[in-house]
Amino acid sequence: MFYREAGQFKSSYAEDQQIFPIRQDRIGITALLLVVFVAVPLLGDQYWLSAIFTPLLIFALAALGLNILTGYAGQLSLGTAAFMAVGAFMAYNFMLRLPWLGVIPSFILAGLCAAAVGVVFGLPSLRIKGFYLAVATLACQFFVLWAIQRWGWITNYSASGVITAQKMVILGFPFDTPALKYLLTLSIVTLLALLAKNLMRSETGRAFMAVRDMDVAAEVIGIRMMHTKLLAFAISSFYCGVAGAMYAFCYLGTVEPEAFTLDLSFRVLFMIIIGGTGSILGSFIGAAFITLLPIFLNVMFGGISHLLGVEIPHAVISNLELIIFGALIIFFLIVEPHGLARLWQIAKEKLRLWPFPH
Amino acid sequence: MNVAFFFEVLIGGLLAGVMYSLVALGFVLIYKASGVFNFAQGAMVFFAALTFISLVERGLNFWLALVVTLAVMVVLGIAIEKVVLRPLVNQPPITLFMATIGLTFVLEGLSQLVWGSQPHGLELGIQDVPMEWLSQSTGINISQFDIFAAGVAGLLVAVLALFFQYTRIGRALRAVADDHQAALSVGIPLKHIWAIVWSVAGFVALVAGLMWGARNGVQYALTFIALKALPVLILGGFESVLGAIVGGLIIGASEKLAEVYIGPMVGGGIESWFAYVVALLFLLVRPQGLFGEKIIDRV
Repeated sequence: MFYREAGQFKSSYAEDQQIFPIRQDRIGITALLLVVFVAVPLLGDQYWLSAIFTPLLIFALAALGLNILTGYAGQLSLGTAAFMAVGAFMAYNFMLRLPWLGVIPSFILAGLCAAAVGVVFGLPSLRIKGFYLAVATLACQFFVLWAIQRWGWITNYSASGVITAQKMVILGFPFDTPALKYLLTLSIVTLLALLAKNLMRSETGRAFMAVRDMDVAAEVIGIRMMHTKLLAFAISSFYCGVAGAMYAFCYLGTVEPEAFTLDLSFRVLFMIIIGGTGSILGSFIGAAFITLLPIFLNVMFGGISHLLGVEIPHAVISNLELIIFGALIIFFLIVEPHGLARLWQIAKEKLRLWPFPH
Repeated sequence: MNVAFFFEVLIGGLLAGVMYSLVALGFVLIYKASGVFNFAQGAMVFFAALTFISLVERGLNFWLALVVTLAVMVVLGIAIEKVVLRPLVNQPPITLFMATIGLTFVLEGLSQLVWGSQPHGLELGIQDVPMEWLSQSTGINISQFDIFAAGVAGLLVAVLALFFQYTRIGRALRAVADDHQAALSVGIPLKHIWAIVWSVAGFVALVAGLMWGARNGVQYALTFIALKALPVLILGGFESVLGAIVGGLIIGASEKLAEVYIGPMVGGGIESWFAYVVALLFLLVRPQGLFGEKIIDRV
């Protein structure tokens, strides 16, 4: 009954290596998957599905991508939005120019394009580190947005640079309602999250972590620095690219290059910092927190102005939201610098010892 | 190619670079003393400029407004040290960096909440017009305002250099920048030093805010000049005041030249990223920037 490993014996290597070694974890994750796959689309209304859950999942995937690069491989990047933009606009191009390809292959190819861009802009990481690298990734951010606005073929020569995502049809079945789009997003995110979880406990993931913790030492024990760092950039950008494609196709519908500004990069970075760097769970918690916070603040201020019976000017509210958002981020960094995922870890440790803490 | 035009672009670029250096200086001061990559510098520039112009518009005398704004920036510096930095002592640099991004939001929201978000014009009494005698004698148009800004930047650097070289506090600041532990062990109070260095950065932000405000108007877009200063920083090295100046000059000049000579070939509008690419190319040769401290790997 209690949440602990005691009494759960492993008698084969396969059992020893399973993703969730504790039975309660397996039950919990199954229950969670049942809820999000069955209960949420059945019970959630259109607004919740299309305006909250879908973007939340997409941001979680982008955060996961950044977490692979920053949290696991230790390369600070501020170019997330650019990789998402590459994914979004390339998916549009593949659907436009190769319509027989289908939605999912287009998404994958768009992700691969983002990965290629990621590798190119990851090259400086072989020479420079830390904040120098972070600023260097800004080059990617600005260059990609500039390229999208200047190179006509990317937006199919649309005058304003705005593209409209095509209808998604998979095997003759149209994905056009919020619930279906949500399910499609959820399936892709679940699959990729599972992949990431496994990847991070494989040789590749361990090489990432070795590079993060001490790159010289990692090189000494025979980890190929160039290969590992560029692979981290490639995988991370692939995730971000797929997230960007879904951002365009499952959430926004109509996309302009301005949707992928530096602000978006910072938001995703906030997600992994608040959620927890180097943690898959953290990416999801962080995405949920950052996506829900503005909505919560908005509702709260609406409630307050209703309660007081005075109309608070819109500018005041948006500035107050900005202040509270910033203050909360500082607050969370102070009270839990390792992110919210760390709280879960602590709770786990406590549960293990409960009710006899000594 | 017209030689006079080339020099006009070059000199204009160099002088624009000085404006970038003004912003980069604030970054360098804080990075040197506390190892914090202060992303809020742009917001501080905006905050200072907006406070100043709002005070002037409310009828305060120019110099009085300057003093009051300076006092506000000092209080802000002390508050940041107490509220944000002290609880985050010993955290990894990325955490501190994120905290300063949070700070950016707070400052942007706060300044617009208090003073309103409408743009203001700022008049320093210097016209942004070419100098007559120079354009008549050589055919090169150089803005009077740019020269003035360069003079202010030079003065600022001189004052800072004197402050760091000859005052007790300045020496303590240099000691802290050199080695935190050693500075602590000879009895330099680190907390006070951080409050002071943030105040000094606030002062630099005020000067930069006045210059940029006079040129582009005091408006929200002022916060984005931090992004202009970042390539300057990585080019010059995070730890070097000299680097901020030289980096600014290189970035300013190459940006303007590229805009004029390369821009038309690729469709224009390249100033948003060209500075970063220049900085990147430099970094490939010197990973720590031109004047940054040499990176020594220890295992």
